[in-house]
Amino acid sequence: MTTVFGIPIQALFSQLLVGLINGSFYALLSLGLAIIFGLLNVINFCHGALYMLGALLAWLMLEHAGIGYWPALILSPLAVGLFGALIERTMLKRLRGLDPLYGLLLTFGLALVIQGVARNYFGVSGEPYDIPPQLTGGKNLGFMYLPNYRGWVILVSVLLCTLTWFVTERTRLGSYLRAATENPLLVQAFGINVPRLITITYGLGVALAAFAGVMAAPIYRVSPLMGADLIIVVFAVVVIGGMGSIFGSIVTGFALGVIEGLTKVFYPEASSTVVFVIMAIVLLVKPAGLFGRTT
Amino acid sequence: MTTHGVEAKPSTAAEVRIASRAELRSLRVPIAILIVVCLVAPFLVYPVFLMKMLCFALFACAFNLLIGYVGLLSFGHALFLGGAGYLAAHAARVWGLPFELAVLTGTATATVLGLVVGWVAIRRQGIYFAMITLALAQMFYFFCLRAPFTGGEDGIQGVPRGKLLGLLSLDNNLTMYFVVLAIFLLGFFFVFRVIHSPFGQVLKAVRENEPRAVSLGYKSDHYKLIAFVLSAAVSGLAGATKAIVFQLASLTDVYWSTSGEVILMVLLGGLGTIFGPVVGAVVIVCVESFLAQIGGWVTVVQGGLFIVCVLAFRRGIIGELARVLHRPL
Repeated sequence: MTTVFGIPIQALFSQLLVGLINGSFYALLSLGLAIIFGLLNVINFCHGALYMLGALLAWLMLEHAGIGYWPALILSPLAVGLFGALIERTMLKRLRGLDPLYGLLLTFGLALVIQGVARNYFGVSGEPYDIPPQLTGGKNLGFMYLPNYRGWVILVSVLLCTLTWFVTERTRLGSYLRAATENPLLVQAFGINVPRLITITYGLGVALAAFAGVMAAPIYRVSPLMGADLIIVVFAVVVIGGMGSIFGSIVTGFALGVIEGLTKVFYPEASSTVVFVIMAIVLLVKPAGLFGRTT
Repeated sequence: MTTHGVEAKPSTAAEVRIASRAELRSLRVPIAILIVVCLVAPFLVYPVFLMKMLCFALFACAFNLLIGYVGLLSFGHALFLGGAGYLAAHAARVWGLPFELAVLTGTATATVLGLVVGWVAIRRQGIYFAMITLALAQMFYFFCLRAPFTGGEDGIQGVPRGKLLGLLSLDNNLTMYFVVLAIFLLGFFFVFRVIHSPFGQVLKAVRENEPRAVSLGYKSDHYKLIAFVLSAAVSGLAGATKAIVFQLASLTDVYWSTSGEVILMVLLGGLGTIFGPVVGAVVIVCVESFLAQIGGWVTVVQGGLFIVCVLAFRRGIIGELARVLHRPL
């Protein structure tokens, strides 16, 4: 068997794949965080909980209504997006103009409530969610075996990230959004309904998280705490990348997933901490983050 | 964060000193009440329960020093509570150190950890500071999960309480209580002293208007770092004491939920108030022990309290009381 640095090449590529998968979720989640932060100036702590809610809704729909993976991929983000819009309208809206830390605390409270309720009804052990029949099996690429579903997740994540980038950078809605990020008052003066824009943005951001959750359901087990630790890693990713650029969040997300995967091969003890170590190093060298603007 | 009680806005140094003295005088009565309640309580309530309150109250006071007076929201303070707890437990159990030295070991550990974490984290402000401290604390959690001396999921159990100064056995809960009370009061007055010192005035200046403080020649980063280290040290004192009292150091104390808990205590009690953290800690410890009997709704209630506090009750219990009474508390 071929080896690289004494590691079988099969193992190397399979961990690389795991890294890319994790990276997909980091990218999708940090992207949503960055968009929400840009417009609302709020770090959405319940992003992980809403990612979990997306997965949980998909599981519930399958279990109780027989609604499969494909409709769930649309319905679940839609429901979570509406829920997010409701959160924004009823709660986050009241915090506008206050110290942004209050937004963090509010969404932390929301995360506790959502996760707590889910845990009371579903327990902590989690439920498996089957891969849709169209995507079972896999391909032998010669140097490694690629399960179809994992390939699909990476493909869709890349597409979705590109789409989000395109919408924010190249469309009219995106230009409103960027303008409102810079100067909401002026944008409002031009007759654009900024409060509605904010609600839509928050809804879309959390819908993205729920979408990631549905995609994650067949890979990890659907459990009430699946988003709790993930969100902390995503925070580190966001600190490393800096929240200034959409492109930056995407690249950082994928890159850190891959680095984490490679660490699992070469030094498994550090695989759960490597992202945090990188964060500390980046802070020492370039405090604004790799793609960040100094504020 | 800029929520605090009613404060006059003195302008000159002399006025500051006078206002500060007046505030100290006006706090005499509440402090006396606090001490009397603490002295009477163990004869009415189970001392171990009270010791839990005191440890968390001290932890909350340390946390309040940072958020209430410097405006830094640390989301990783469990690191210092739990880290000190592990070291104190290890010192008492494996190295066989007496009570005082075990607590000191834990406190020293937290101080060093505070220096390292603070040094990294103060490079960013506001929301980033919160995320960075959270991430570093999570890193420490994973370290504790794997490190050989922490006992992983089991934690360090059966830590001996030992004897105070080699004389007084601490196995008696009432004796232990008064030692913990002494430690709490020591920490409480230390934080109180820091807040009302010239150093504390600079911290408030940094909180209110950092660019202005910098332009006046204060190295705001140094002040923030010192405040962070002091806060970490007092948190460590609380954590080390807690580990010895409960004869247990566990992963719960380094997990992010504990960091969230202390934030809730201070928020509920009143950010930037002297007594808020104590009241907040007492309320939260009571709520948790009450809810522990009726099942797993603790996190839901905690989350609900967060939401209510942030939306409608930002001054907290003591902050509201101070507003009604027109005096700082």
